[in-house]
Amino acid sequence: MTSLLTTRTERAWAVLAQVLDPEVPVLSVCELGIVREVVSTDLGTEVALTPTYSGCPATEVIADSVKQALDAAGLGPTRVTHRLAPAWTTDWISAEGRRKLREYGIAPPSGVGAVVGDAVPIRIVKREAPLACPRCDSRDTERLSAFGATACKALWRCRACREPFEHFKPI
Amino acid sequence: MVESLTINATPAARYVLRLADTCLIHAQRLAEWCGHGPVLEEDIALTNMALDLLGQSRALLTHAAALDGQGLDEDQLAFLRDEGQFFNLTLAEQPLRRSSAHAPGGDFADTVLRNFLLATWLKAVWQGLATSADLTLAAIAAKALKEARYHQQHAADWVVRLGDGTDESARRLRASLDSAWPYVSEFFTDDEVDNAAVATRLGPARGSLREAWLAEVGAVFADARLSVPKWSRYIATGTRGVHSEHMGFILAEMQSLQRRFPGGRW
Repeated sequence: MTSLLTTRTERAWAVLAQVLDPEVPVLSVCELGIVREVVSTDLGTEVALTPTYSGCPATEVIADSVKQALDAAGLGPTRVTHRLAPAWTTDWISAEGRRKLREYGIAPPSGVGAVVGDAVPIRIVKREAPLACPRCDSRDTERLSAFGATACKALWRCRACREPFEHFKPI
Repeated sequence: MVESLTINATPAARYVLRLADTCLIHAQRLAEWCGHGPVLEEDIALTNMALDLLGQSRALLTHAAALDGQGLDEDQLAFLRDEGQFFNLTLAEQPLRRSSAHAPGGDFADTVLRNFLLATWLKAVWQGLATSADLTLAAIAAKALKEARYHQQHAADWVVRLGDGTDESARRLRASLDSAWPYVSEFFTDDEVDNAAVATRLGPARGSLREAWLAEVGAVFADARLSVPKWSRYIATGTRGVHSEHMGFILAEMQSLQRRFPGGRW
């Protein structure tokens, strides 16, 4: 019985590894680090997800895709719950996820430990070190906008290759 | 039209609603900038911040509904309460955009300054709530803190840019500070709801946040060549459900759809 449970839960994780974030469609929900727990038995599957941003409109879309994918794989009925604590951090994006972000043209977030602590400067302008351009690796870059097309991204540009790029904000 | 709701006035539900309503009404005002920002980047920034605040408010309203114990949900609390049942900070409901030639508001400096004052306050509240005995509230706060920090940084950059900019931008930022400041005393005025929150370890009393808030505001004001005004003796009363003349109008707009089509969904 134990091995059967393990098998179902492992199959559920494998299915989730194919479910992509609708806003950044190269990252799976697993690589994004939002799948907190999966338990699958012959009664169905329970998945605990954590939201990235409080107001992220993708949260509900992701919950629906997770449910659909697991139901379609015969692991349903699926119940998706949201788990707030501990709060999601970009540190949970996997190494593979970071590599995929860079390839997709999004500069991955730096470690949060470096920017969050007791001595966080109040101003962004004083804080931000130039990022490496995801296209040409140059550090001759600048921030254009603190906010971007989705809640998780800021807009930057590279002065070397003249291309704009997005930055996944570290939180 | 649907009948309005009355919530149970337990101190815990009140405490959470004050925060939920401050986030919600602040979000609604910021969202009025959608498509009207002075530059594209700022249009996106203001609506992104509104989205974060709305998300925070949704989580808090759901939690307030649970504390209230009448089986209500976040939508009912947002759309079916009347003015006297909202408990937001009064500054959040003041107009930001000019709705007609005769209406107040319209200066971008007002938005910049309000964002900074409120983000700094919310950040202090979230920090205080991280150790709440109410674990749901602590979890909401731990997430919101990260967002408030980013909002504060963005707003602080703008405060310095305007305050230490041209004579005209500095003059207009000072005028914004003069009009916003009388509402700030309410941020730090304790009452029985705050006292109950401290006694039950639900969260900090507003008055206890003042020193930390003032230190951060003072540091940025110094860079912005602004001086911190004297505390106003006027205490606004939005957190007690007694609002300024602008509150009815913002609710009328925000609630019109649910009032006209009860339970309507997209």
